[in-house]
Amino acid sequence: MVNRVEITDKAAEVVARLKGQHGALMFHQSGGCCDGSAPMCYPAGDFRVGPQDVLLGQIAGCKFYIGANQFDYWKHTQLIIDVVPGRGSGFSVEAPEGVRFLTRSRVFTDEEVAELEAAGPPARAA
Amino acid sequence: MYHEAIEKVSKQVLIRERYENFIGGKWVAPQEGRYFDNPSPVTGKRLCAVPRSSAADIELALDAAHKARDAWGKTSVQERSRVLNKIADKLEANLDLLALVETLDNGKPIRETTYADMPLVVDHWRYFASVVRAQEGGISEIDAETVAYHYHEPLGVVGQIIPWNFPILMATWKLAPALAAGNCVVLKPAEQTPLGILVVMELIADLLPPGVVNVVNGFGVEAGKPLAQNKRIAKIAFTGETTTGRLIMQYASDNIIPVTLELGGKSPNIFFADVADADDEFFDKALEGFAMFALNQGEVCTCPSRALIQESVYDRFMERAVARTKKIKQGHPLDATTMIGAQASNDQLEKILSYFDIGKQEGAKVLTGGKRAQLGGEIAEGYYVEPTIFEGNNKMRVFQEEIFGPVVSVTKFKDDDEALAIANDTLYGLGAGVWTRNGNRAYRFGRAIQAGRVWTNCYHAYPAHAAFGGYKASGIGRENHKMMLDHYQQTKNVLVSYGTKALGFF
Repeated sequence: MVNRVEITDKAAEVVARLKGQHGALMFHQSGGCCDGSAPMCYPAGDFRVGPQDVLLGQIAGCKFYIGANQFDYWKHTQLIIDVVPGRGSGFSVEAPEGVRFLTRSRVFTDEEVAELEAAGPPARAA
Repeated sequence: MYHEAIEKVSKQVLIRERYENFIGGKWVAPQEGRYFDNPSPVTGKRLCAVPRSSAADIELALDAAHKARDAWGKTSVQERSRVLNKIADKLEANLDLLALVETLDNGKPIRETTYADMPLVVDHWRYFASVVRAQEGGISEIDAETVAYHYHEPLGVVGQIIPWNFPILMATWKLAPALAAGNCVVLKPAEQTPLGILVVMELIADLLPPGVVNVVNGFGVEAGKPLAQNKRIAKIAFTGETTTGRLIMQYASDNIIPVTLELGGKSPNIFFADVADADDEFFDKALEGFAMFALNQGEVCTCPSRALIQESVYDRFMERAVARTKKIKQGHPLDATTMIGAQASNDQLEKILSYFDIGKQEGAKVLTGGKRAQLGGEIAEGYYVEPTIFEGNNKMRVFQEEIFGPVVSVTKFKDDDEALAIANDTLYGLGAGVWTRNGNRAYRFGRAIQAGRVWTNCYHAYPAHAAFGGYKASGIGRENHKMMLDHYQQTKNVLVSYGTKALGFF
């Protein structure tokens, strides 16, 4: 089955390390300027999601959300969460480590699109 | 060139090996004694060390701000205005130095910091020094014996979180109205670009009573969050992106305090066929307007990053637009002839490169650029990107998210209806550009585009006294205008009866 969001091994290692410091974590895909387009990583529950958020999937044991309006524009792409050297972005927990999570993307193939469509729209947050 | 610049600013004792927080009028070491390195995007090399502050530092800053708030809030408007004017004078007297510091800290060309950022900073302080003098309360005559008086009162102590794209200018946009309105401030600069604001504080420290402005450095999660969540702030102002914007609103809702947010856009820049009616001065201006996507390396919330060109002149217009873009001079940010400098950070560079990848995968055509710029020499390790033009359609992600790099995505439209539909087909609504020789059409589009600022036959002008802020997901509030005073003030109503007779109810 094709996933809407994936994570690289390197990024998963960072997530594992961060869980040691912060406990369970969650992601929310940002939009807009400055650090927009960055995946934000928070202690689970710190960022309140609701019916306006789509649950894209789970990565490294963390729920990954995106705003439903943004999802409409992004749904033809798979998100691949990577990590790069960097310094800071909003309140995301990895910034003090000198790294930044980065959203890379891949356009779904026609077969994958058909499979995802057959599976129906992804779940919304409650 | 980089080393000479460092030496020049170091000689004036304004750039230090290590900075502290500015709290209660003094430089105070972070409570946990931790610092982080601030590299210059010009070279990728370390510029200085900056406090890695924690909640304890935010509390100290709030203590200082609360200690100062009553006296500052009661200071006469004349006196506050005088202080703001003195700040403007001081910054103006040090304009070249500040421009140099800002370029070293952010990577933008010295040409821009000298002729755009810093003059705007100076003028902004003067603007708020002036408009606060002209502000009046209100008197409402309810009936012959009853009067409602309305007074402006400061909110008290406010929190401000500053972005990294125009560090000193954006701090000024927030500080000047807050101080003019009589508030005390705890401000957290962006961790990517803390230096400029610290140098500003060094210059203006003796002009402000201790505790009126406090600057705490550090990371969002460690310093920004305890500020935004704090019960002791009466308002929080933030410029950045949507997820953090939402989180800040969530924190503010816990404390029932107001927020102002500026969260970016994906601004359309619309060129109607009539711009090419003549190959004249105006057409030249329109082409420059197209190339404005490269201003500040595209790191502008209102970057005209979607260009919509009318189909009938598309080929002719784009031939000239590509040629104009290719003439943009990229190079050392400290070279006075450089038009485009370095992206502000490595992660920003990586994000832009990831969008090049997705744009190509989506089938967008690269008309020019599309890769990292390798400039060699002492700036070989800096973060440089070639000015890039994508051609595609508005459903592509490169048309829908602010890349925050020198990247424009270009598409065609047939008629007015299609132009408007494309322009408004976005989650955001911060800026837009309309280029036409037809005044009627310019007016219609100015009103119909769902964005807070529609530049008409111009772009990227940011004069004080022109309101700036977003529709839709672009945020809440209007900066850069006297109406921002309202966002930093309470309204006190005193309702007075001058009659002597009882109502007769009881």
